[in-house]
Amino acid sequence: MDISYFLISLLNGLSVGLLLFMLASGLTLIFSMMGVLNFAHASFYMVGAYVAYSITQVVGFWWGLLLAPPIVGAMGAAFERYALRRVHKFGHVPELLITFGLSYLILELVGLIWGRQALNFQPPVSLQGPMFTVVDLPTALQFAWGAPPGVCASTAGAVCTTFPAFRAFGMGVAVLMLVAVWFLLTRTRIGLVIQASLTHPDAVEALGHNVPRVFMMVFGGGTALAALAGVIGGALRVTEPSMALAVGAVVFAVIVIGGMGSLAGAFVASVALGVIESFAVGSDKSVLDLLRLVGLNLTPDSFGYVVWSVKTSQVAAILPYLFLVLILIFRPKGLFGNREG
Amino acid sequence: MNTTLTLSKAAPQRNVGRWVVWGGYALIMLVAPLLWASSLSLTMLSQMGIAIVACLAFNMLLGQGGMLSFGHAVYSGLGSFFAMHALNMASKGQIVLPVSLVPLVAGGFGALFAVLLGFVTTKKAGTPFAMITLGVGELVAAMALMFPGFFGGEGGISGNRVVGQPFLGITFGPQIQLYYLIAIYTFICTALMFAFTRTPLGRMLNAVRDNPERVEFVGYNTQYVRYFAFIASGFFMGIAGGLAALNFEIVTAEVVGAQRSGAYLLFTFLGGAVFFFGPIIGAVLMVLALVLLSELTQAWLLYLGLVFTFMVMYAPGGISSLIMMNLRVASFGKLRGLLGSYLALVLTSAMVLAGVSVMIEMLYHLQLNEALGSKMKFLGLTVDAQGMGSWLVAGVLVALGLALFEWARRRFKAQWNLAQEQIEAQIKQREVAV
Repeated sequence: MDISYFLISLLNGLSVGLLLFMLASGLTLIFSMMGVLNFAHASFYMVGAYVAYSITQVVGFWWGLLLAPPIVGAMGAAFERYALRRVHKFGHVPELLITFGLSYLILELVGLIWGRQALNFQPPVSLQGPMFTVVDLPTALQFAWGAPPGVCASTAGAVCTTFPAFRAFGMGVAVLMLVAVWFLLTRTRIGLVIQASLTHPDAVEALGHNVPRVFMMVFGGGTALAALAGVIGGALRVTEPSMALAVGAVVFAVIVIGGMGSLAGAFVASVALGVIESFAVGSDKSVLDLLRLVGLNLTPDSFGYVVWSVKTSQVAAILPYLFLVLILIFRPKGLFGNREG
Repeated sequence: MNTTLTLSKAAPQRNVGRWVVWGGYALIMLVAPLLWASSLSLTMLSQMGIAIVACLAFNMLLGQGGMLSFGHAVYSGLGSFFAMHALNMASKGQIVLPVSLVPLVAGGFGALFAVLLGFVTTKKAGTPFAMITLGVGELVAAMALMFPGFFGGEGGISGNRVVGQPFLGITFGPQIQLYYLIAIYTFICTALMFAFTRTPLGRMLNAVRDNPERVEFVGYNTQYVRYFAFIASGFFMGIAGGLAALNFEIVTAEVVGAQRSGAYLLFTFLGGAVFFFGPIIGAVLMVLALVLLSELTQAWLLYLGLVFTFMVMYAPGGISSLIMMNLRVASFGKLRGLLGSYLALVLTSAMVLAGVSVMIEMLYHLQLNEALGSKMKFLGLTVDAQGMGSWLVAGVLVALGLALFEWARRRFKAQWNLAQEQIEAQIKQREVAV
């Protein structure tokens, strides 16, 4: 493994991980506040991408990035106010079920409004090129801003790998969001009320705060974060009706691995998963190679050859769930969780 | 003296009721293929039998244990795959296995995988349980595509259910013979699952659902109670999967997928998780919706989502709880007074439904069938999906219907509450009399 490949894989993994964290943070926030697992969280992610696409068609990407989160957040808040709050008294299972029903509805409505084909949702022109290039010369490792420099073409044996600007932008947005959420929760008056409502809702209510409204704001805020992730994710990957399903289950795995309700855990788990997946995708090693290292040579006739010969790149997609199972066996409360569910 | 007398009188009465209910259930399954004899209805009846086993098994967790599984198709699906492989081995003569016992093999494998995977999933309860089952479901669904040798890849694996010599003329080739095999399995499984609710384990499962802390305090391990119930549920899911393998003679990777799991959840809930018989209603609805409704309209998933969401919000006990509530009212002789209000509710909601569904159908038509022009058929009428007039009529229908519905709803609510109060009063009177 050469160093430029390592660097780019690491950066790609980080960007995937940060995108996952944008989703997981909203979900964790809602879960730890209200005890509600928002099954439709990934659906709001999808709606964010679609709304931003529509705004982009009219006034450009930046307005889409700016306006889609509040619009989707308002939708989320309305859903909390008129549907979720109503079933709150029935218990946690109906709460989960109604968000499950919502995910069905959103999927159908998105297909109805925007069609079932993938949309051509592109990053703005200013962010479409590469941000920097890792130039791996036989003699030295160099970095260059922007597109691959001339040395790539002129030198024999030079390996140049570019890193897209929009990926970097997405990482920047995620980090900014992380800091903003942290600041909001720990350093502002609103954040203190939210934190207090989490542990002592009755006392907060007695002090004159409207706790149901706080919950509504948290739900709206969480879905707005999902929509922000959707704008980035939609432009970075592909905007299509199946995008919610693709990312939804992974995000659930992330917050279980990180520990239910722990923001720090969600951060560590999503970044770790992103990086590990990014390296796994690029590797064609299998358990066979590992066994060969210790001197065991298996043939296609050996027991379980089909399982041992599966390549790491094939396993990449299911790694989150494998980690989920392992974590549950060895540390049921998750990496950073502090309570047993 | 007085109480013992009433008790001894009541006990045989209840048993008669039970005989009537179970006898009727068996009779319906016996005569249903004679009433609806076309080949489509016969396949649908077979699918209903399978769905009944699956939904009841799912409800062992959801209704009786309070465990919401998002990945329960794994156990029926893996059961299907193993049943298919067993069937193929039997037809090659590698093993001796009568076709009628293939579902039992599937049930065994369903239970085996529930033993393996359930050990992980049942470590948690409530919301984390739901998420973990989702993850495990995704894991298995992805693996089904990773090992084409066993799962047959995209095309799946297929087989032939006519194996060996006919026994008393039964080959299971004709659908009707298979239907009766499915019906027998469905009846026995229903009976077994009902019996399960009466075992100490079934009772503890209810206790774990309602108050796990107290169960721990009494000295039970809630994790084990959940685990054992999960294994039992996996066994019956496996049987449903085995029956499905025999019925369709092909098993593809989608039988372990998230969509199948979602369907079990959705329809079990619609039927009603609170009562034992609720999932049976749900299973019948499931087949009707998947086979008939999806033929009738392209928007069926939207309708399904809407019905489900409203059900969660307004009738979280599902259809069976609505039936039971009305039966209670009827048993006190109050239903007659409500009939007028019911009629008003049905008429007004039919108005709203007609308006809304015209709009939805027009939208779908515009979205999906652009090439066919703007005219479309709706309930025998020709509607112009781009015409201002049709939208206006639909809009007026919805607005008027909503207003009338609200009026009917208020009237009904007042009458319903009055009836409930009177029933409460009657019950109190009886208690005093005793």
